[in-house]
Amino acid sequence: METAMTKQMPRELTRQQYLDLYYYMRLNRAVEETMVKLFRQNKIVGGLYSSLGQEAISVGTSYALQKKDWIAPMIRNIGALLVKGVPPRDIFMQHMAKYDSPTKGRDGTSHFGDLDNLHIVSPISMLGDLIPVMTGVAIGARYLGQKIVTLTWIGDGGSSTGVFHEGLNFAATQKAPFVLILENNLWAYSTPVRRQVPLENLADRAKAYGIDSYIVDGNNVVAVYNTSKEAVERARAGEGPILIEAKTFRRLGHAQHDPAEYVPKEMRAYWEARDPIALYEKFLSTEKLLDAGGKKEIDDKLDTLLAAEREFAENSPMPPPEFAEGGVYCTGDDCHKIRAKWERPITEVTPPRSSVEAVWAVPGFGSGKGSGGADAPIHFGDTKAVVEHPANNGRPAKAVTKSAGKTTTRKSSKAATGASRKGRR
Amino acid sequence: MVGANGAPTNGSATSGKEITFLEAIRQAMFEEMERDPAVLLMGEDVGVYGGAFKTSEGLLERFGWERVIDTPISESAIIGAACGMSYLGLRPICEMQFIDFIVCAFNQITNFVAKGHYLWNAPAPMVIRGPSGGGVHGGPFHSANPEMYFVHTPGLKVIYPSTPYDAKGLLKAAVRDNNPVLFFEHKFLYRRIKGEVPAEDYTVPIGKAVVRREGRHLTILSYAAMMHTSLEAADALAKEGIEAEVIDLRTLLPLDEETILNSVKKTNKCLAVHEDTRTGGIAGEVAALLCEKAFSDLDGPVLRMTSLDTPVPYAPTLEEYFLPNAKKIFSAARELARY
Repeated sequence: METAMTKQMPRELTRQQYLDLYYYMRLNRAVEETMVKLFRQNKIVGGLYSSLGQEAISVGTSYALQKKDWIAPMIRNIGALLVKGVPPRDIFMQHMAKYDSPTKGRDGTSHFGDLDNLHIVSPISMLGDLIPVMTGVAIGARYLGQKIVTLTWIGDGGSSTGVFHEGLNFAATQKAPFVLILENNLWAYSTPVRRQVPLENLADRAKAYGIDSYIVDGNNVVAVYNTSKEAVERARAGEGPILIEAKTFRRLGHAQHDPAEYVPKEMRAYWEARDPIALYEKFLSTEKLLDAGGKKEIDDKLDTLLAAEREFAENSPMPPPEFAEGGVYCTGDDCHKIRAKWERPITEVTPPRSSVEAVWAVPGFGSGKGSGGADAPIHFGDTKAVVEHPANNGRPAKAVTKSAGKTTTRKSSKAATGASRKGRR
Repeated sequence: MVGANGAPTNGSATSGKEITFLEAIRQAMFEEMERDPAVLLMGEDVGVYGGAFKTSEGLLERFGWERVIDTPISESAIIGAACGMSYLGLRPICEMQFIDFIVCAFNQITNFVAKGHYLWNAPAPMVIRGPSGGGVHGGPFHSANPEMYFVHTPGLKVIYPSTPYDAKGLLKAAVRDNNPVLFFEHKFLYRRIKGEVPAEDYTVPIGKAVVRREGRHLTILSYAAMMHTSLEAADALAKEGIEAEVIDLRTLLPLDEETILNSVKKTNKCLAVHEDTRTGGIAGEVAALLCEKAFSDLDGPVLRMTSLDTPVPYAPTLEEYFLPNAKKIFSAARELARY
């Protein structure tokens, strides 16, 4: 199955891009393997969460972004941090609560960010909260004239939160340049997706917001990349938010403490045979992009890099106890110089040019279309109405086969990208 | 001052004359948006309608759709999006249509917005404001004083003004502050209280209380609508020869300990008055502060005059019974003065 899928893959990427995707997936896995060792040596302070088997999603989605774009990774998106340029030592030190870590020991795991350079927003443990926040970054950046896209991830479990709905709905009404990756790994801690959501495809939720969605095989990094690239550029072009459901499987427990005995053996076996890195190695080898020598080079590079990064992390001190105090408030310019970066003329948003008539304009009203008329504006900019086209184009094509396990896309012109672009409805 | 379309006729809308509490808030937002294009307003019905209480009337006309954003009924989305905007150096103002609804966004405020600076060095310069308080028969879901949920949250600043001058100056200070600031507007004051504001730009410092009336026999600490009620009680007390010093806290977080301690060291007695319910109210915090830092100065117990520990009831008879009033403050103060 995997060869059939990968063979259809068009060679749209450069050799370097193909190899980058491979390198980052390997780096993602190697960083996490190093942390498992640290965990077993009791050097990790809190819990350790794994993205084993989900690396293609973190890497493929974030690799589709430009440097200026903003991300907000979740706990299983260490790969996205690495693609963005976070050094592995920062991730090690975060988990080890070291003083040289980005949060200096005040928070752990992947809970850190970088507003100014890498444009990363830190997550909190409450799920879904990043969705309105990244919507705000998207709207704010558009207001400033920055042509950026914001992207965050949510799990199948997190998609049941109220703030998922509030955030995605607000993003849709604002046509925010925002992409949401719904990483469906089939398990929310011990609860299978069927006990959480009565839907075959979580991407169907996009319909409720009048936005477009894609379903992609989350274990196929090139498919994830191609789909994300298309979604990101459509969002950047002003088409509004887009939801991508990436089908995958959480190979380990919720965290290190959880042996995940509740997962059926057959399910685990099915997915272990579909390891995203192994699949991709086969593809790269078939396409003559990587040989044994090239692989050895990467093995060595990772070994050297991570040994050094780990050593740095282990040598970093714990924060001094009194560092618990202070830092709660920004004290002003000496603390943070807060200045918006304008990339459009300020005169556009200041009077008199900003001045408008304060009425709701509903051009479609009275034409038989009501406020759902083709050019009915929502806020500013015109939002295309959600119309069911009589032709098949508009009908949601069942993109995924019945079994929750199987995630190959149906053959269609879109299958070339490994994703089914759901019709615009 | 206000043109036919509701917008002020010129940029400097203030002229040094008497304005309502509500107009002070509108002017603060107007002038801050005029001054700094990084300032935006977001909330339910704040645009075309001008806000449920008309605090944002005329803002959409002048600043346009991108800066005055009508949102869905999604308090978490409003706060979350404002937080995201603040990460770009913008300074959004979020309106909660009634401050009661702020708790719908409790997680966004207390976990996301408030903790960012401490945890990952991310300041969130934003203001969350809205009409609060009772006495207008709004019932249990349109009369709340939820300030203490947030006073208990490190990372936030909490303002609750009582005069048009302070409302305008403190709201401007809040917009310019680099931290998330909660700004409570007692709706009883909106159209009942008038006061003069300067024609020129000014701010009132956050975290500074003010002595509203000097006195020597006891200190009455209060804020918002109850500050006016306390002044009324102080007038009645004066007729009995009891000179109460009335302090308006203005900011609840950070609390101006210095002004409180200076006053109590002079009067040696303190009655803390608030419209918020009793248990866990700021009066308890004040009592603890005085025990820790002014115990030897006290000539009597620190007393509290607050609302009852119940939801805000709807019927006027019940609400009247629930709320503190000048008579109750007068009685409590007179009792305290006897020590």
